[in-house]
Amino acid sequence: MSQHVATPLVAGAFDVERLRAEFPILSTLSRGKPLVYLDTAASSQKPLAVIDAIREFYLHDNANIHRGVYQLSERSTMAWDAARARAANFIGAADPGEVVFVRGTTEAINLVAHSFLSRVPRPESRAPTVLVTEMEHHANIVPWQLVGATTRPIPVSDQGELDLVAAERMLGEGPALLAVTHISNALGTINPIAELCRMAHAHGVPVLVDGAQAVPHMPVDVTALGCDFYCFSGHKVFGPTGIGVLWAKAEHLVAMPPYQGGGDMIDLVTFERTTYAPAPGKFEAGTPDIAGAVGLDAALQWLGAQDRKAIGLHEESLRDHATERLAAIPGLRLVGTAQHKAAVIAFTLERAHPHDIASLLDGEGICVRAGHHCTQPLHRRLGLSSTVRASFAPYNTHDEVEALARGLDKVRKVFG
Amino acid sequence: MSSTDEMYQSVIIEHDRSPRNFRVLEHPSHHAEGSNPLCGDRVSVDLQVDADGRITDVAFQGSGCAISRASASMMTTVLKGKTTAEAQELFERFHALMMTGTTAEPKELGKLVAFQGVAAFPMRVKCATLPWHAVNEALRPKA
Repeated sequence: MSQHVATPLVAGAFDVERLRAEFPILSTLSRGKPLVYLDTAASSQKPLAVIDAIREFYLHDNANIHRGVYQLSERSTMAWDAARARAANFIGAADPGEVVFVRGTTEAINLVAHSFLSRVPRPESRAPTVLVTEMEHHANIVPWQLVGATTRPIPVSDQGELDLVAAERMLGEGPALLAVTHISNALGTINPIAELCRMAHAHGVPVLVDGAQAVPHMPVDVTALGCDFYCFSGHKVFGPTGIGVLWAKAEHLVAMPPYQGGGDMIDLVTFERTTYAPAPGKFEAGTPDIAGAVGLDAALQWLGAQDRKAIGLHEESLRDHATERLAAIPGLRLVGTAQHKAAVIAFTLERAHPHDIASLLDGEGICVRAGHHCTQPLHRRLGLSSTVRASFAPYNTHDEVEALARGLDKVRKVFG
Repeated sequence: MSSTDEMYQSVIIEHDRSPRNFRVLEHPSHHAEGSNPLCGDRVSVDLQVDADGRITDVAFQGSGCAISRASASMMTTVLKGKTTAEAQELFERFHALMMTGTTAEPKELGKLVAFQGVAAFPMRVKCATLPWHAVNEALRPKA
Protein backbone atom coordinates (compact mmCIF):
# COMPACT_ATOMS: atom_id res chain seq x y z
CA MET A 1 0.00 0.00 0.00
CA SER A 2 1.06 3.53 -0.60
CA GLN A 3 3.29 5.10 2.00
CA HIS A 4 2.41 8.58 0.84
CA VAL A 5 0.38 10.74 3.12
CA ALA A 6 -0.12 14.19 1.70
CA THR A 7 -0.02 16.97 4.23
CA PRO A 8 -2.78 19.54 3.98
CA LEU A 9 -1.56 22.87 2.77
CA VAL A 10 -2.04 25.98 4.82
CA ALA A 11 -5.27 27.70 3.80
CA GLY A 12 -4.78 30.89 1.83
CA ALA A 13 -1.12 30.14 1.21
CA PHE A 14 -1.39 27.86 -1.79
CA ASP A 15 2.08 26.65 -2.74
CA VAL A 16 1.81 25.63 -6.37
CA GLU A 17 5.51 24.76 -6.66
CA ARG A 18 5.23 22.30 -3.81
CA LEU A 19 2.24 20.71 -5.46
CA ARG A 20 4.00 20.56 -8.84
CA ALA A 21 6.92 18.75 -7.24
CA GLU A 22 4.57 15.83 -6.65
CA PHE A 23 4.01 15.51 -10.42
CA PRO A 24 7.35 14.44 -11.94
CA ILE A 25 6.12 14.75 -15.54
CA LEU A 26 5.62 18.49 -15.08
CA SER A 27 9.40 18.99 -14.80
CA THR A 28 10.07 17.35 -18.17
CA LEU A 29 10.63 18.98 -21.55
CA SER A 30 8.34 18.78 -24.55
CA ARG A 31 9.83 19.64 -27.99
CA GLY A 32 12.83 20.89 -26.06
CA LYS A 33 10.80 23.40 -24.03
CA PRO A 34 9.50 23.18 -20.46
CA LEU A 35 6.23 21.24 -20.59
CA VAL A 36 3.14 23.41 -20.19
CA TYR A 37 0.28 20.97 -19.72
CA LEU A 38 -3.07 22.63 -20.36
CA ASP A 39 -5.13 19.55 -21.28
CA THR A 40 -6.27 18.26 -17.91
CA ALA A 41 -9.88 18.17 -19.13
CA ALA A 42 -8.78 15.38 -21.48
CA SER A 43 -6.68 13.60 -18.88
CA SER A 44 -4.95 14.73 -15.72
CA GLN A 45 -1.33 14.14 -14.79
CA LYS A 46 -0.61 11.82 -11.86
CA PRO A 47 1.08 12.57 -8.56
CA LEU A 48 3.81 10.27 -7.25
CA ALA A 49 1.38 9.00 -4.61
CA VAL A 50 -0.68 7.38 -7.38
CA ILE A 51 2.26 6.08 -9.42
CA ASP A 52 3.84 4.59 -6.30
CA ALA A 53 0.59 3.01 -5.10
CA ILE A 54 0.19 1.11 -8.37
CA ARG A 55 3.82 -0.01 -8.30
CA GLU A 56 3.54 -1.07 -4.67
CA PHE A 57 0.42 -3.07 -5.44
CA TYR A 58 2.11 -5.03 -8.20
CA LEU A 59 5.26 -5.47 -6.12
CA HIS A 60 3.58 -6.70 -2.94
CA ASP A 61 -0.16 -7.32 -3.13
CA ASN A 62 -1.03 -8.56 -6.60
CA ALA A 63 -3.52 -11.43 -6.89
CA ASN A 64 -7.04 -11.81 -8.19
CA ILE A 65 -9.86 -10.68 -5.93
CA HIS A 66 -12.67 -12.79 -4.47
CA ARG A 67 -10.94 -15.93 -5.76
CA GLY A 68 -8.33 -17.18 -3.33
CA VAL A 69 -8.22 -18.01 0.35
CA TYR A 70 -4.52 -17.26 0.44
CA GLN A 71 -3.08 -14.10 1.91
CA LEU A 72 -2.23 -12.28 -1.31
CA SER A 73 -5.77 -12.62 -2.60
CA GLU A 74 -7.02 -11.45 0.77
CA ARG A 75 -4.82 -8.34 0.56
CA SER A 76 -5.87 -7.67 -3.00
CA THR A 77 -9.56 -8.07 -2.12
CA MET A 78 -9.16 -5.75 0.84
CA ALA A 79 -7.50 -3.12 -1.36
CA TRP A 80 -10.38 -3.39 -3.85
CA ASP A 81 -12.98 -3.00 -1.10
CA ALA A 82 -11.07 -0.11 0.45
CA ALA A 83 -11.03 1.69 -2.89
CA ARG A 84 -14.79 1.27 -3.17
CA ALA A 85 -15.30 2.66 0.33
CA ARG A 86 -13.01 5.61 -0.43
CA ALA A 87 -14.83 6.39 -3.68
CA ALA A 88 -18.21 6.28 -1.94
CA ASN A 89 -17.00 8.51 0.84
CA PHE A 90 -15.36 10.94 -1.57
CA ILE A 91 -18.65 11.75 -3.31
CA GLY A 92 -20.80 11.72 -0.20
CA ALA A 93 -22.48 8.37 -0.87
CA ALA A 94 -24.07 6.73 2.14
CA ASP A 95 -23.14 3.15 1.21
CA PRO A 96 -20.09 1.69 -0.62
CA GLY A 97 -22.53 -0.87 -2.02
CA GLU A 98 -23.88 1.90 -4.23
CA VAL A 99 -20.52 2.26 -6.00
CA VAL A 100 -19.95 0.14 -9.11
CA PHE A 101 -16.44 0.09 -10.56
CA VAL A 102 -16.38 0.54 -14.32
CA ARG A 103 -13.74 1.45 -16.91
CA GLY A 104 -14.70 5.09 -16.87
CA THR A 105 -17.56 7.54 -17.30
CA THR A 106 -18.29 6.20 -20.78
CA GLU A 107 -18.80 2.65 -19.53
CA ALA A 108 -20.86 3.91 -16.60
CA ILE A 109 -23.31 5.61 -18.96
CA ASN A 110 -23.42 2.58 -21.26
CA LEU A 111 -24.20 0.43 -18.23
CA VAL A 112 -27.12 2.63 -17.21
CA ALA A 113 -28.34 2.83 -20.82
CA HIS A 114 -28.41 -0.95 -21.18
CA SER A 115 -29.51 -1.89 -17.72
CA PHE A 116 -31.69 0.91 -16.38
CA LEU A 117 -33.45 1.96 -19.57
CA SER A 118 -34.53 -1.60 -20.29
CA ARG A 119 -36.57 -1.48 -17.03
CA VAL A 120 -38.39 1.74 -17.82
CA PRO A 121 -42.05 0.97 -18.53
CA ARG A 122 -43.08 2.40 -21.88
CA PRO A 123 -46.13 2.41 -24.08
CA GLU A 124 -46.03 -0.23 -26.81
CA SER A 125 -43.88 0.58 -29.84
CA ARG A 126 -42.65 3.86 -28.41
CA ALA A 127 -38.94 4.40 -27.88
CA PRO A 128 -38.09 5.98 -24.53
CA THR A 129 -36.89 9.56 -24.59
CA VAL A 130 -33.76 10.59 -22.75
CA LEU A 131 -33.52 14.29 -22.08
CA VAL A 132 -29.94 15.47 -22.59
CA THR A 133 -28.46 18.92 -23.24
CA GLU A 134 -26.86 20.50 -26.28
CA MET A 135 -23.55 20.62 -24.40
CA GLU A 136 -23.28 16.87 -23.74
CA HIS A 137 -20.19 14.85 -24.55
CA HIS A 138 -20.79 12.15 -27.16
CA ALA A 139 -20.50 9.65 -24.29
CA ASN A 140 -23.74 11.06 -22.90
CA ILE A 141 -25.56 10.93 -26.25
CA VAL A 142 -24.50 7.84 -28.18
CA PRO A 143 -25.07 5.18 -25.46
CA TRP A 144 -28.75 6.21 -25.25
CA GLN A 145 -29.10 6.03 -29.03
CA LEU A 146 -27.45 2.60 -29.06
CA VAL A 147 -30.24 1.13 -26.94
CA GLY A 148 -32.92 2.68 -29.14
CA ALA A 149 -33.78 5.73 -27.06
CA THR A 150 -34.52 9.11 -28.60
CA THR A 151 -32.25 11.87 -27.30
CA ARG A 152 -33.87 15.29 -26.93
CA PRO A 153 -31.53 18.17 -26.09
CA ILE A 154 -32.22 21.01 -23.68
CA PRO A 155 -31.04 24.15 -25.53
CA VAL A 156 -27.90 26.04 -24.60
CA SER A 157 -27.52 29.83 -24.91
CA ASP A 158 -24.76 31.50 -26.94
CA GLN A 159 -22.91 31.99 -23.64
CA GLY A 160 -23.08 28.26 -22.98
CA GLU A 161 -25.76 28.18 -20.28
CA LEU A 162 -28.71 25.82 -20.08
CA ASP A 163 -32.17 27.14 -20.84
CA LEU A 164 -33.93 26.19 -17.59
CA VAL A 165 -37.34 27.34 -18.83
CA ALA A 166 -37.07 24.91 -21.73
CA ALA A 167 -35.76 22.26 -19.33
CA GLU A 168 -38.84 22.65 -17.13
CA ARG A 169 -41.15 22.30 -20.12
CA MET A 170 -39.28 19.31 -21.58
CA LEU A 171 -39.18 17.53 -18.22
CA GLY A 172 -42.97 17.72 -18.26
CA GLU A 173 -43.14 15.80 -21.52
CA GLY A 174 -42.45 12.46 -19.88
CA PRO A 175 -38.81 11.60 -20.58
CA ALA A 176 -37.50 8.35 -19.09
CA LEU A 177 -34.39 10.06 -17.75
CA LEU A 178 -32.50 13.35 -17.62
CA ALA A 179 -28.82 12.83 -18.47
CA VAL A 180 -26.76 15.96 -17.93
CA THR A 181 -23.15 16.92 -17.47
CA HIS A 182 -22.08 18.55 -14.21
CA ILE A 183 -19.37 20.62 -15.91
CA SER A 184 -19.13 20.98 -19.69
CA ASN A 185 -15.84 19.54 -20.96
CA ALA A 186 -15.92 21.87 -23.96
CA LEU A 187 -17.02 25.17 -22.38
CA GLY A 188 -16.42 24.79 -18.65
CA THR A 189 -20.04 25.69 -17.81
CA ILE A 190 -21.01 24.50 -14.31
CA ASN A 191 -24.62 23.34 -14.50
CA PRO A 192 -27.09 23.84 -11.61
CA ILE A 193 -27.40 20.12 -10.88
CA ALA A 194 -29.23 20.37 -7.55
CA GLU A 195 -31.84 22.63 -9.13
CA LEU A 196 -32.18 20.35 -12.18
CA CYS A 197 -32.63 17.35 -9.88
CA ARG A 198 -35.42 19.12 -7.96
CA MET A 199 -37.13 20.08 -11.22
CA ALA A 200 -36.77 16.57 -12.68
CA HIS A 201 -37.96 14.78 -9.56
CA ALA A 202 -41.04 17.02 -9.39
CA HIS A 203 -41.94 15.41 -12.73
CA GLY A 204 -40.90 11.94 -11.55
CA VAL A 205 -37.89 11.92 -13.86
CA PRO A 206 -34.67 10.31 -12.57
CA VAL A 207 -31.35 12.09 -13.21
CA LEU A 208 -27.95 10.84 -14.35
CA VAL A 209 -25.02 13.22 -13.91
CA ASP A 210 -21.80 12.99 -15.93
CA GLY A 211 -19.31 14.13 -13.32
CA ALA A 212 -16.12 13.45 -15.26
CA GLN A 213 -15.09 17.12 -15.23
CA ALA A 214 -16.53 18.00 -11.82
CA VAL A 215 -15.01 15.49 -9.39
CA PRO A 216 -11.42 16.65 -10.08
CA HIS A 217 -12.27 20.32 -9.56
CA MET A 218 -14.91 20.70 -6.88
CA PRO A 219 -16.20 18.82 -3.86
CA VAL A 220 -19.12 16.66 -4.97
CA ASP A 221 -21.83 15.36 -2.66
CA VAL A 222 -24.31 13.10 -4.46
CA THR A 223 -26.67 13.14 -1.49
CA ALA A 224 -26.83 16.93 -1.46
CA LEU A 225 -27.19 17.07 -5.26
CA GLY A 226 -30.09 14.64 -5.09
CA CYS A 227 -29.29 12.81 -8.33
CA ASP A 228 -30.01 9.15 -9.09
CA PHE A 229 -26.79 8.28 -10.94
CA TYR A 230 -23.39 9.96 -10.84
CA CYS A 231 -20.34 8.87 -12.80
CA PHE A 232 -16.71 9.87 -13.10
CA SER A 233 -13.39 8.63 -14.49
CA GLY A 234 -10.21 7.85 -12.56
CA HIS A 235 -7.83 9.32 -15.10
CA LYS A 236 -9.38 12.79 -14.95
CA VAL A 237 -9.12 12.92 -11.16
CA PHE A 238 -5.32 12.36 -10.99
CA GLY A 239 -5.76 8.57 -11.02
CA PRO A 240 -5.01 5.95 -13.66
CA THR A 241 -6.85 5.18 -16.89
CA GLY A 242 -9.10 2.14 -17.08
CA ILE A 243 -11.04 2.70 -13.87
CA GLY A 244 -14.09 4.79 -13.08
CA VAL A 245 -17.11 4.94 -10.86
CA LEU A 246 -20.82 4.61 -11.35
CA TRP A 247 -22.70 5.62 -8.24
CA ALA A 248 -26.43 4.88 -8.17
CA LYS A 249 -29.14 4.92 -5.57
CA ALA A 250 -29.47 1.44 -4.08
CA GLU A 251 -33.10 1.14 -5.20
CA HIS A 252 -32.02 1.46 -8.84
CA LEU A 253 -29.13 -0.98 -8.52
CA VAL A 254 -31.41 -3.56 -6.93
CA ALA A 255 -33.93 -3.29 -9.76
CA MET A 256 -31.48 -3.16 -12.65
CA PRO A 257 -30.50 -6.37 -14.47
CA PRO A 258 -26.80 -7.22 -14.99
CA TYR A 259 -24.95 -5.46 -17.80
CA GLN A 260 -22.39 -8.14 -18.69
CA GLY A 261 -22.15 -11.79 -17.70
CA GLY A 262 -19.09 -13.56 -16.37
CA GLY A 263 -17.17 -14.35 -13.25
CA ASP A 264 -17.78 -12.52 -9.97
CA MET A 265 -21.28 -11.30 -10.89
CA ILE A 266 -23.02 -14.59 -10.17
CA ASP A 267 -24.72 -16.29 -7.29
CA LEU A 268 -25.47 -19.78 -8.64
CA VAL A 269 -24.80 -20.97 -12.18
CA THR A 270 -26.42 -23.98 -13.82
CA PHE A 271 -26.96 -24.76 -17.49
CA GLU A 272 -30.65 -24.09 -16.99
CA ARG A 273 -30.58 -20.90 -15.01
CA THR A 274 -28.25 -18.47 -13.28
CA THR A 275 -28.86 -16.21 -10.33
CA TYR A 276 -26.83 -13.10 -9.74
CA ALA A 277 -24.80 -11.59 -6.97
CA PRO A 278 -26.32 -8.57 -5.23
CA ALA A 279 -25.21 -5.10 -6.37
CA PRO A 280 -22.57 -3.87 -6.89
CA GLY A 281 -21.02 -7.28 -7.70
CA LYS A 282 -23.84 -8.00 -10.16
CA PHE A 283 -22.43 -5.29 -12.44
CA GLU A 284 -18.76 -6.24 -12.19
CA ALA A 285 -18.27 -9.24 -14.44
CA GLY A 286 -14.77 -10.59 -14.94
CA THR A 287 -11.51 -9.68 -13.28
CA PRO A 288 -11.65 -5.90 -12.88
CA ASP A 289 -8.84 -3.35 -13.02
CA ILE A 290 -7.69 -3.98 -9.46
CA ALA A 291 -4.49 -1.97 -9.76
CA GLY A 292 -6.57 0.80 -11.31
CA ALA A 293 -8.83 0.86 -8.27
CA VAL A 294 -5.75 0.97 -6.01
CA GLY A 295 -4.48 3.92 -8.07
CA LEU A 296 -7.87 5.63 -7.88
CA ASP A 297 -7.92 5.09 -4.12
CA ALA A 298 -4.51 6.78 -3.87
CA ALA A 299 -5.68 9.64 -6.12
CA LEU A 300 -8.80 10.32 -4.06
CA GLN A 301 -6.76 10.08 -0.85
CA TRP A 302 -4.26 12.53 -2.33
CA LEU A 303 -6.92 14.98 -3.51
CA GLY A 304 -8.88 14.65 -0.28
CA ALA A 305 -5.80 15.61 1.71
CA GLN A 306 -5.34 18.84 -0.26
CA ASP A 307 -6.87 22.12 0.81
CA ARG A 308 -9.77 21.99 -1.64
CA LYS A 309 -10.76 25.57 -0.93
CA ALA A 310 -7.27 26.90 -1.68
CA ILE A 311 -7.09 24.76 -4.83
CA GLY A 312 -10.48 26.05 -5.93
CA LEU A 313 -9.39 29.65 -5.48
CA HIS A 314 -6.17 28.96 -7.38
CA GLU A 315 -8.07 27.45 -10.30
CA GLU A 316 -10.47 30.40 -10.32
CA SER A 317 -7.60 32.86 -10.43
CA LEU A 318 -6.02 30.92 -13.33
CA ARG A 319 -9.38 31.01 -15.12
CA ASP A 320 -9.76 34.76 -14.60
CA HIS A 321 -6.16 35.47 -15.60
CA ALA A 322 -6.42 33.36 -18.77
CA THR A 323 -9.82 34.83 -19.67
CA GLU A 324 -8.57 38.38 -19.33
CA ARG A 325 -5.25 37.75 -21.08
CA LEU A 326 -6.75 35.85 -24.02
CA ALA A 327 -9.72 38.19 -24.48
CA ALA A 328 -7.22 40.99 -25.11
CA ILE A 329 -5.64 39.16 -28.09
CA PRO A 330 -6.90 40.69 -31.36
CA GLY A 331 -9.04 38.27 -33.37
CA LEU A 332 -9.46 35.88 -30.46
CA ARG A 333 -13.00 34.86 -29.57
CA LEU A 334 -13.76 33.15 -26.29
CA VAL A 335 -16.29 30.32 -26.66
CA GLY A 336 -18.34 29.71 -23.53
CA THR A 337 -18.72 32.61 -21.15
CA ALA A 338 -21.15 31.19 -18.60
CA GLN A 339 -21.47 32.97 -15.29
CA HIS A 340 -20.58 29.79 -13.39
CA LYS A 341 -17.57 28.39 -15.09
CA ALA A 342 -14.66 26.06 -14.38
CA ALA A 343 -11.08 26.74 -15.49
CA VAL A 344 -11.70 25.66 -19.07
CA ILE A 345 -11.03 28.26 -21.76
CA ALA A 346 -12.21 27.48 -25.29
CA PHE A 347 -11.53 29.88 -28.13
CA THR A 348 -11.04 30.48 -31.81
CA LEU A 349 -8.55 32.78 -33.48
CA GLU A 350 -9.15 34.59 -36.75
CA ARG A 351 -7.42 33.16 -39.83
CA ALA A 352 -5.92 30.25 -37.90
CA HIS A 353 -7.46 26.78 -37.74
CA PRO A 354 -7.53 25.26 -34.23
CA HIS A 355 -5.30 22.36 -35.29
CA ASP A 356 -2.64 24.71 -36.59
CA ILE A 357 -2.86 26.75 -33.39
CA ALA A 358 -2.40 23.57 -31.33
CA SER A 359 0.56 22.47 -33.47
CA LEU A 360 2.32 25.82 -33.16
CA LEU A 361 1.71 25.86 -29.39
CA ASP A 362 3.03 22.30 -29.28
CA GLY A 363 6.25 23.67 -30.77
CA GLU A 364 6.48 25.84 -27.64
CA GLY A 365 5.97 22.85 -25.34
CA ILE A 366 2.32 23.82 -24.70
CA CYS A 367 -0.30 21.04 -24.74
CA VAL A 368 -3.81 22.18 -25.64
CA ARG A 369 -6.65 20.32 -27.28
CA ALA A 370 -8.02 21.29 -30.69
CA GLY A 371 -11.13 19.91 -32.33
CA HIS A 372 -14.73 19.33 -31.37
CA HIS A 373 -13.83 17.81 -27.97
CA CYS A 374 -16.37 15.00 -28.49
CA THR A 375 -19.16 17.59 -28.59
CA GLN A 376 -20.09 17.84 -32.25
CA PRO A 377 -23.74 18.83 -31.60
CA LEU A 378 -22.58 21.67 -29.32
CA HIS A 379 -20.14 22.96 -31.91
CA ARG A 380 -22.86 22.74 -34.56
CA ARG A 381 -25.18 24.70 -32.26
CA LEU A 382 -22.51 27.40 -31.83
CA GLY A 383 -21.80 27.49 -35.57
CA LEU A 384 -18.24 26.25 -35.17
CA SER A 385 -16.48 23.20 -36.57
CA SER A 386 -13.78 23.22 -33.93
CA THR A 387 -12.20 25.20 -31.12
CA VAL A 388 -8.97 25.30 -29.15
CA ARG A 389 -9.30 24.40 -25.48
CA ALA A 390 -6.92 25.17 -22.64
CA SER A 391 -7.97 23.47 -19.42
CA PHE A 392 -6.34 24.11 -16.08
CA ALA A 393 -5.56 22.10 -12.96
CA PRO A 394 -4.21 22.90 -9.50
CA TYR A 395 -0.68 22.24 -10.80
CA ASN A 396 -0.84 24.99 -13.42
CA THR A 397 0.74 28.40 -12.83
CA HIS A 398 0.18 31.99 -13.83
CA ASP A 399 3.49 31.82 -15.74
CA GLU A 400 1.91 29.10 -17.86
CA VAL A 401 -1.02 31.39 -18.65
CA GLU A 402 1.55 33.94 -19.87
CA ALA A 403 3.34 31.23 -21.89
CA LEU A 404 0.03 30.42 -23.58
CA ALA A 405 -0.55 34.08 -24.42
CA ARG A 406 2.99 34.42 -25.82
CA GLY A 407 2.46 31.26 -27.86
CA LEU A 408 -0.73 32.72 -29.31
CA ASP A 409 1.14 35.91 -30.25
CA LYS A 410 3.47 33.70 -32.22
CA VAL A 411 0.54 31.96 -33.91
CA ARG A 412 -0.77 35.37 -34.96
CA LYS A 413 2.61 36.24 -36.48
CA VAL A 414 2.51 33.05 -38.59
CA PHE A 415 -1.10 33.44 -39.68
CA GLY A 416 -1.52 37.22 -39.34
CA MET B 1 13.77 27.52 -35.64
CA SER B 2 11.71 24.80 -34.02
CA SER B 3 10.57 21.76 -35.94
CA THR B 4 7.01 23.08 -35.72
CA ASP B 5 8.10 26.19 -37.62
CA GLU B 6 9.54 23.92 -40.31
CA MET B 7 6.10 22.40 -40.76
CA TYR B 8 4.62 25.82 -41.53
CA GLN B 9 6.71 26.72 -44.60
CA SER B 10 5.79 30.07 -46.12
CA VAL B 11 4.53 28.35 -49.27
CA ILE B 12 2.10 26.34 -47.12
CA ILE B 13 0.81 29.47 -45.37
CA GLU B 14 0.46 31.17 -48.75
CA HIS B 15 -1.60 28.32 -50.24
CA ASP B 16 -3.76 28.21 -47.08
CA ARG B 17 -4.51 31.91 -47.47
CA SER B 18 -5.13 31.79 -51.22
CA PRO B 19 -5.99 28.24 -52.18
CA ARG B 20 -5.80 27.45 -55.92
CA ASN B 21 -8.63 25.71 -57.73
CA PHE B 22 -10.92 26.14 -54.74
CA ARG B 23 -14.17 25.56 -56.63
CA VAL B 24 -16.38 22.80 -57.99
CA LEU B 25 -16.35 21.43 -61.53
CA GLU B 26 -19.67 21.53 -63.38
CA HIS B 27 -19.61 17.97 -64.68
CA PRO B 28 -16.60 16.19 -63.25
CA SER B 29 -15.72 12.77 -64.60
CA HIS B 30 -14.39 11.76 -61.20
CA HIS B 31 -15.29 12.84 -57.69
CA ALA B 32 -14.37 11.76 -54.18
CA GLU B 33 -14.69 13.01 -50.66
CA GLY B 34 -12.47 12.55 -47.68
CA SER B 35 -13.00 13.36 -44.06
CA ASN B 36 -11.24 13.01 -40.77
CA PRO B 37 -13.90 12.53 -38.10
CA LEU B 38 -11.37 13.12 -35.33
CA CYS B 39 -10.59 16.69 -36.31
CA GLY B 40 -13.54 17.47 -38.55
CA ASP B 41 -11.47 18.13 -41.69
CA ARG B 42 -13.45 17.60 -44.89
CA VAL B 43 -12.35 17.74 -48.49
CA SER B 44 -14.09 16.98 -51.77
CA VAL B 45 -12.18 16.70 -55.04
CA ASP B 46 -13.51 16.98 -58.60
CA LEU B 47 -11.48 15.78 -61.57
CA GLN B 48 -11.98 16.05 -65.31
CA VAL B 49 -10.17 13.22 -67.08
CA ASP B 50 -10.17 13.07 -70.89
CA ALA B 51 -10.38 10.01 -73.14
CA ASP B 52 -6.61 9.60 -73.08
CA GLY B 53 -6.61 9.38 -69.31
CA ARG B 54 -5.18 12.87 -68.84
CA ILE B 55 -6.37 15.15 -66.02
CA THR B 56 -7.53 18.31 -67.77
CA ASP B 57 -9.00 20.01 -64.71
CA VAL B 58 -9.06 19.46 -60.97
CA ALA B 59 -10.64 21.41 -58.15
CA PHE B 60 -11.34 21.03 -54.45
CA GLN B 61 -13.69 22.24 -51.75
CA GLY B 62 -13.79 21.73 -48.03
CA SER B 63 -12.78 22.99 -44.65
CA GLY B 64 -9.77 22.11 -42.63
CA CYS B 65 -6.48 23.18 -41.18
CA ALA B 66 -3.75 25.01 -43.06
CA ILE B 67 -1.87 21.79 -43.73
CA SER B 68 -4.84 20.04 -45.35
CA ARG B 69 -5.94 23.13 -47.32
CA ALA B 70 -2.45 23.88 -48.60
CA SER B 71 -1.92 20.23 -49.45
CA ALA B 72 -5.17 20.11 -51.44
CA SER B 73 -4.35 23.41 -53.17
CA MET B 74 -0.82 22.39 -54.18
CA MET B 75 -2.07 18.97 -55.18
CA THR B 76 -4.50 20.48 -57.69
CA THR B 77 -1.73 22.56 -59.26
CA VAL B 78 0.59 19.60 -59.74
CA LEU B 79 -2.07 17.17 -60.96
CA LYS B 80 -3.35 19.27 -63.82
CA GLY B 81 -1.94 17.91 -67.10
CA LYS B 82 -0.82 14.61 -65.57
CA THR B 83 -2.16 11.23 -66.67
CA THR B 84 -4.06 9.25 -64.06
CA ALA B 85 -1.16 6.80 -63.95
CA GLU B 86 1.27 9.65 -63.24
CA ALA B 87 -1.10 10.98 -60.58
CA GLN B 88 -1.18 7.66 -58.83
CA GLU B 89 2.61 7.45 -58.99
CA LEU B 90 2.83 10.91 -57.46
CA PHE B 91 0.41 9.84 -54.71
CA GLU B 92 2.73 6.93 -53.86
CA ARG B 93 5.75 9.25 -53.76
CA PHE B 94 4.02 11.85 -51.62
CA HIS B 95 2.69 9.17 -49.31
CA ALA B 96 6.20 7.74 -48.91
CA LEU B 97 7.55 11.22 -48.14
CA MET B 98 4.92 11.64 -45.42
CA MET B 99 5.62 8.22 -43.92
CA THR B 100 9.42 8.42 -43.93
CA GLY B 101 10.22 12.14 -44.00
CA THR B 102 12.70 11.57 -46.82
CA THR B 103 12.59 11.04 -50.55
CA ALA B 104 15.09 9.61 -52.98
CA GLU B 105 13.67 11.76 -55.78
CA PRO B 106 13.09 15.33 -54.56
CA LYS B 107 12.91 16.49 -58.19
CA GLU B 108 9.97 14.24 -58.94
CA LEU B 109 8.01 15.75 -56.05
CA GLY B 110 8.79 19.32 -57.01
CA LYS B 111 7.23 21.89 -54.69
CA LEU B 112 5.47 19.14 -52.72
CA VAL B 113 8.70 18.70 -50.74
CA ALA B 114 7.48 21.73 -48.76
CA PHE B 115 5.45 19.18 -46.78
CA GLN B 116 8.55 17.25 -45.73
CA GLY B 117 8.45 18.93 -42.30
CA VAL B 118 4.99 17.51 -41.62
CA ALA B 119 6.39 13.98 -41.56
CA ALA B 120 7.94 14.72 -38.15
CA PHE B 121 4.43 15.07 -36.72
CA PRO B 122 2.56 11.75 -37.04
CA MET B 123 -0.63 13.36 -35.72
CA ARG B 124 -0.61 15.83 -38.61
CA VAL B 125 0.43 13.54 -41.48
CA LYS B 126 -3.20 12.60 -42.09
CA CYS B 127 -4.00 16.29 -42.68
CA ALA B 128 -1.51 16.45 -45.55
CA THR B 129 -2.50 13.11 -47.06
CA LEU B 130 -6.29 13.55 -46.78
CA PRO B 131 -6.80 15.22 -50.21
CA TRP B 132 -4.40 12.79 -51.87
CA HIS B 133 -6.31 9.82 -50.50
CA ALA B 134 -9.49 11.38 -51.91
CA VAL B 135 -7.94 11.68 -55.39
CA ASN B 136 -6.57 8.16 -55.20
CA GLU B 137 -10.07 6.97 -54.31
CA ALA B 138 -11.64 9.00 -57.14
CA LEU B 139 -9.26 7.53 -59.73
CA ARG B 140 -9.54 3.96 -58.50
CA PRO B 141 -11.18 1.81 -61.20
CA LYS B 142 -14.74 1.17 -60.11
CA ALA B 143 -15.70 -2.45 -59.78
